[in-house]
Amino acid sequence: MSKLEQFRAETRAWLEDNCPPTMREPIRSFEDLYTGGRNPEIKHPDQQLWCERMAARGWTVPHWPREYGGGGLDKEECKVLREEMERINARRPLESFGISMLGPALLQFGNEEQKLEHLPPICRGEIRWCQGYSEPNAGSDLASLQTRAEDHGDHYIINGQKVWTSYADKADWIFCLVRTDNSGSKHEGISFVLFDMASPGVSTRPIRLISGSSPFCETFFDNVKAWKRNRVGEEGKGWAIAKYLLTHEREMISGFGAAPKKSLGEAALETLGADASGRLGNGILRHTIAQYQLDALAFAATMSRVGDEAKAGQGLGAASSIFKYYGTELNKRRNELNLAIGGEAALGWDGEVYHGGATSRDWLRSKGNSIEGGTSEVQLNIIAKRVLGLPD
Amino acid sequence: MALVLTEEQVMLRESAAGLLADRAGVAQLRALRDAGDELGFSREVWQDIAAMGWPGIAIPEAYDGLGYGYTGLGLVLEQAGRHLSPSPLQSSVLVGTTAVHALGTEAQKQALLPSLAAGELLVSLALQEGVQHAPEQTAMAAVPAGDGYTLTGDKILVLDALAADRFVVIARTSGSAGDTEGLTAFLVPADAAGLTVERRSLVDSRGVGALHFDGVQVPADGVMGEPGRAWAGLGRTLDIANIGLAAELLGLATEAFERTVAYLQERKQFGKVIGSFQGLQHRAAELFAELELARSIVLQALQAIDADDPELPKLASAAKAKLCEVAQRATNEGIQMHGGIGMTDEYEIGFFIKRARVAQHCFGDYNYHLDRFARLSGF
Repeated sequence: MSKLEQFRAETRAWLEDNCPPTMREPIRSFEDLYTGGRNPEIKHPDQQLWCERMAARGWTVPHWPREYGGGGLDKEECKVLREEMERINARRPLESFGISMLGPALLQFGNEEQKLEHLPPICRGEIRWCQGYSEPNAGSDLASLQTRAEDHGDHYIINGQKVWTSYADKADWIFCLVRTDNSGSKHEGISFVLFDMASPGVSTRPIRLISGSSPFCETFFDNVKAWKRNRVGEEGKGWAIAKYLLTHEREMISGFGAAPKKSLGEAALETLGADASGRLGNGILRHTIAQYQLDALAFAATMSRVGDEAKAGQGLGAASSIFKYYGTELNKRRNELNLAIGGEAALGWDGEVYHGGATSRDWLRSKGNSIEGGTSEVQLNIIAKRVLGLPD
Repeated sequence: MALVLTEEQVMLRESAAGLLADRAGVAQLRALRDAGDELGFSREVWQDIAAMGWPGIAIPEAYDGLGYGYTGLGLVLEQAGRHLSPSPLQSSVLVGTTAVHALGTEAQKQALLPSLAAGELLVSLALQEGVQHAPEQTAMAAVPAGDGYTLTGDKILVLDALAADRFVVIARTSGSAGDTEGLTAFLVPADAAGLTVERRSLVDSRGVGALHFDGVQVPADGVMGEPGRAWAGLGRTLDIANIGLAAELLGLATEAFERTVAYLQERKQFGKVIGSFQGLQHRAAELFAELELARSIVLQALQAIDADDPELPKLASAAKAKLCEVAQRATNEGIQMHGGIGMTDEYEIGFFIKRARVAQHCFGDYNYHLDRFARLSGF
């Protein structure tokens, strides 16, 4: 038996023994995702148990190094673990911005002390992170952010306001872009600092969206103290880290464009019925769905191709901008089609009969996909200038 | 299979780009058009192409081909699309050869594929009868006569009809128009008694013709495969033909786009380079994203041929539909963004829109293939 096969056998046995049956049930809503933190939201006690068991093996973040709380698995082993988890429909034990956003940035830009301090609690689901980027006057033009950090020797004093801070009201710590210098160009003088959301002077207010309640908050800083040892990278050089994370975020958001298992066309056929030839009765709707499915297929092929090219050392410039732009526009098209196919049922806002308005709320929420993480228009600017070389 | 080109494939693409740009570019196409050239391509250039081995790229080694697969042929076709190269690469190498391979008997394959691989023999498919691609509607009658058949009727849109040495003719031996059963493929020499080949002139200035069959006798050894059962082999031929044309359209659309972006960078109005206007920038950027999607679906479809993927029919229609859409947009934007000069015959961008529409139409356009894609997707 090869080493990998042995790993598979052991993994399979361990998962069988340790994954609680409740954690093998499909995820029905966001509350089924376990996000950890000091005051974790627990829908089922097994969520915590499952997270603890996986974290003990480093498998909440299997690809991170062991010394930082990860599993130290290589690509092949990660794939095996993923496949074995999928085999028994095991849920992912922990979802968090610490894993998806801050962790990669710390691994790339953090010093050893910062990695040792912050990564293990992320892996164990003990500390929940939020991202302090956008401000009321710094959306698409993020680099014009004005939250100020004043130098006080071994610490900064921070004053200002962030907006669109996801889960700020639930997070324990924040990774935050602040201005440490106002004298140079707007891209200079930005620093990337970490601080505790329980610090005196931090307050948050949730934002209600057109789709209803949301994880987004407004976040206010009133003379908040942040230690300099928790600044990642050099002072004034935070923009590089911010950009790195934005690229990361774009890829995450564009992933929403991936087609679901049952195709829209088949779903429509089930809901609306077929004509005598077995086709969807309304030819106009059928055409629109076919266009969507064709583009979704080509988009998925592009994600694979760019991934394969990256592995082969070839790269598509501004790939994340193309993905962000196209993936979110696709997702909006899919949601519009869900609404068209569902008719009255899809327009429901509240109540059991409408599943709490899931379809209409998803549809409304999808409008934000092409705004958050850089609008579609900003992505098109990036493609036009960086790839096509068109002038200002 | 990784959606990435191997080093060998990249080399093939580069050598194709070099030869076609040099010997079979838009200038040569214009010269052939202006001279009213009967064939629509240069025999001399074709010999150079044959010397490169390209006609045999997708033919298995057992038949003296290179056994290099359709992904390799797709790369050559993409370059042919970039340079609008007039040659039998589409008519004979892509479609005719695939038809012989997919429909022919072992004896026919052994007799024809080696000379097709050498580029010495040209075979073209005679399928279409009405103004639209509708293969199951084939009505041309093949009536049993002696140990063979007699063909009577008409075919149009036969690519490189005047240059072809033989035709693979699809005709009906049973059933009626609309049935997929009852279609049979026949191998007919260009000089068969009763066959008239008429040159037709389409907007792209390529060699194309109409065939008139007036009681053409086809002996038993000219029947390809089991009578009445050509649908599967024809389907495979058309899937591959459409993926090859999608590869050509990818090259064509990419070239038209790159020429347009270059023009946006040099043309000045209102005291500024017009490429600095956001209204044009965003249209160009959207088109660029579409071209990236187009490239991915073409590569996936080409690899599906070589991997014997059961999803081939769906991927073929996906690739053709997507490339019809993107090539149409790229060529339309090409004319619009070039402004007045784009409308002149002297400027080359017009050649791209003309070839695009013919390649889009051949073997089914956007409407045909998007409908087929939906059907094969279960709705």
